[in-house]
Amino acid sequence: MTTPPVIDLIDLRFAWQDGPALLDIPGFRLEAGERVFLRGPSGSGKSTLLGLIAGVLEPQSGKVEVLGHDMTALSGPKRDALRADRLGVIFQMFNLVPYLSLVQNVTLPCRFSSARRQAAGGEGRLNEEAVRLLSRLGLDGERMLSRPVTELSVGQQQRVAVARALIGGPDLIIADEPTSALDADARDRFIELLNEEAGRSGAALLFVSHDASLASHFDRSVDLAEINRAKGGV
Amino acid sequence: MGFSILGLAWRSLMNRRGSALLTILAVALSVALFLGVDKVRNGARAGFDNTISGTDLIVGAPTGQINLLLYSVFRLGSATAEISWDTYESIDGRDDVAWTIPLSLGDNHRGFRVVGTNESYFEHYRHGGGTQLRVSEGKLFSDIYETVIGADVAKELDYSIGSEIVLTHGLGAGGLTDHEDKPFIVTGILAQTGTPVDRSIHVPLEGITAIHVGWESGTRSPFADTISEDMIRGFDLTPKSVTAVFVGLEQRGSLLRTQRALNTQGGEPLLAIIPGVALGELWQVTGIVERALIAVSVFVIAVGLVSVLTSILTSLNERRREMAILRATGARPGHIFFLMVAEAAMLGLCGAVVGVFLVQLGLLIAGPILSSAYGISIGGLGISAIDGWTVLAVFGAATLIGTIPAVMALRRSLADGLTVKL
Repeated sequence: MTTPPVIDLIDLRFAWQDGPALLDIPGFRLEAGERVFLRGPSGSGKSTLLGLIAGVLEPQSGKVEVLGHDMTALSGPKRDALRADRLGVIFQMFNLVPYLSLVQNVTLPCRFSSARRQAAGGEGRLNEEAVRLLSRLGLDGERMLSRPVTELSVGQQQRVAVARALIGGPDLIIADEPTSALDADARDRFIELLNEEAGRSGAALLFVSHDASLASHFDRSVDLAEINRAKGGV
Repeated sequence: MGFSILGLAWRSLMNRRGSALLTILAVALSVALFLGVDKVRNGARAGFDNTISGTDLIVGAPTGQINLLLYSVFRLGSATAEISWDTYESIDGRDDVAWTIPLSLGDNHRGFRVVGTNESYFEHYRHGGGTQLRVSEGKLFSDIYETVIGADVAKELDYSIGSEIVLTHGLGAGGLTDHEDKPFIVTGILAQTGTPVDRSIHVPLEGITAIHVGWESGTRSPFADTISEDMIRGFDLTPKSVTAVFVGLEQRGSLLRTQRALNTQGGEPLLAIIPGVALGELWQVTGIVERALIAVSVFVIAVGLVSVLTSILTSLNERRREMAILRATGARPGHIFFLMVAEAAMLGLCGAVVGVFLVQLGLLIAGPILSSAYGISIGGLGISAIDGWTVLAVFGAATLIGTIPAVMALRRSLADGLTVKL
């Protein structure tokens, strides 16, 4: 049995309300365990594409297959469940819920998904797993873990977000410009760390950025303009 | 979802604890007002209902039945006319009458009402469902210049057995119209009853007559000073009139017949009332005010609930990203909905519970004042079913109101997707 591609886009078309088509993608694939860099200038529809893949947006036509599931055929709750069970998401910034501790932020997906909770070691071992992931990302020690998340540096916050994306071993991690708020030094270290941990957990990684210089860190690099026929983007 | 989302809701509230506490306080105060009004109302009713029992009829000069009840039993307001001693004796002499208590009102001592009466008062007057008056210290009066005082009088004026009391003519504060030439000696102090008896000074009817010798015109006559105590004792001190009469019947079955007979008898016109009926009429009058108060306090609760809504709605904007994070990490729309509703429900529940405790605290502090100043007994005003229902109702209403921000947050988070453009 061959593993289905993690992402398979076929004739995908999407437009915001009555606007012109923003995305028109004849085909795009991401294989299991693959780490792909998707480049595109801001406003080109990158975030929208991630929303479609994560199942929070629906295309007007075409097919979005994620982990073998046709997202357009799944009901809203089923898409939410799939995302909760098997996807990890990292944003550009402000990734953390301000009123939760570091560990609680990392275990957040396990609140919404019992599959994720089981995969992370079950109820009793969630915190342990979160602490382990955080320490792999260089966030350890009683003092660090007890700090309010709002006091962390942007780089530290982004690493907490990586730990959260990794908990429970998801099959796909989506990262939306996670390094744009970091300086060059921190950025390279962050990408290495992300790559390493994604590789270790076997998750596929879709890394989106406008910064073409980052492409060298990844297995494969794709330019959104190459796969997108629509000119509706700004 | 259950507990893990409740935990989120709680942490989210604690993250905004300043505004959350204010909201809880607003709800708590509104609930406290509502319950406070209800408790004082019940306390007042229970207090009034407990003040007189066992008395079948109250007879006085014609006036409103509520007025007669208020001045004779509750020592509120004053009588406009009296009934003659002869008429009193004719009532006392009726075959269907078992006992009577004559009452002569109209004087006071430092704000406490003076009641002229006889031994029958201490024998037949009942309160709180049949309790007889009891002397806690000393003994009943046996001489015209002796007095038995209520528990509050003794406490507040620091009187003990043997203290001398100067009565004041009328119900004023004292001064020019003091009967200082004729002091009374305290011979007995009554046990606490929780009724206006605690705030009354009881003297023999003859004593009332005695201090008014030389005052027949209503003010002190220039000759009053020339009358010595011995001379007074030599007079016939049988009162010329009494203010009201409590009547106990031989058979309660004849109640309505006797009442009609007294009300329609020839000679001096009389008003005979049944205390329970008069109280019922009183509650009808006060019921309108009570309902208005309850209605106002219900509106105040509504205002408290609106503050719950306001506090959550104003937080929605700054929480759009938080919602996006929750969505991205797998929260279903139902989770977002439940989170918002849970926050509103928690604010409502905490507010209502704090409100219940505020009322209990208030009763603890203000209870003694209410009881001494207004005779409102606060016994039995502890946490009751109405508190439980109020908490439940406020909790339910807050939950219902929580659906408004919940739907808004839901719509926004669905439209925002994973990224919020801020």
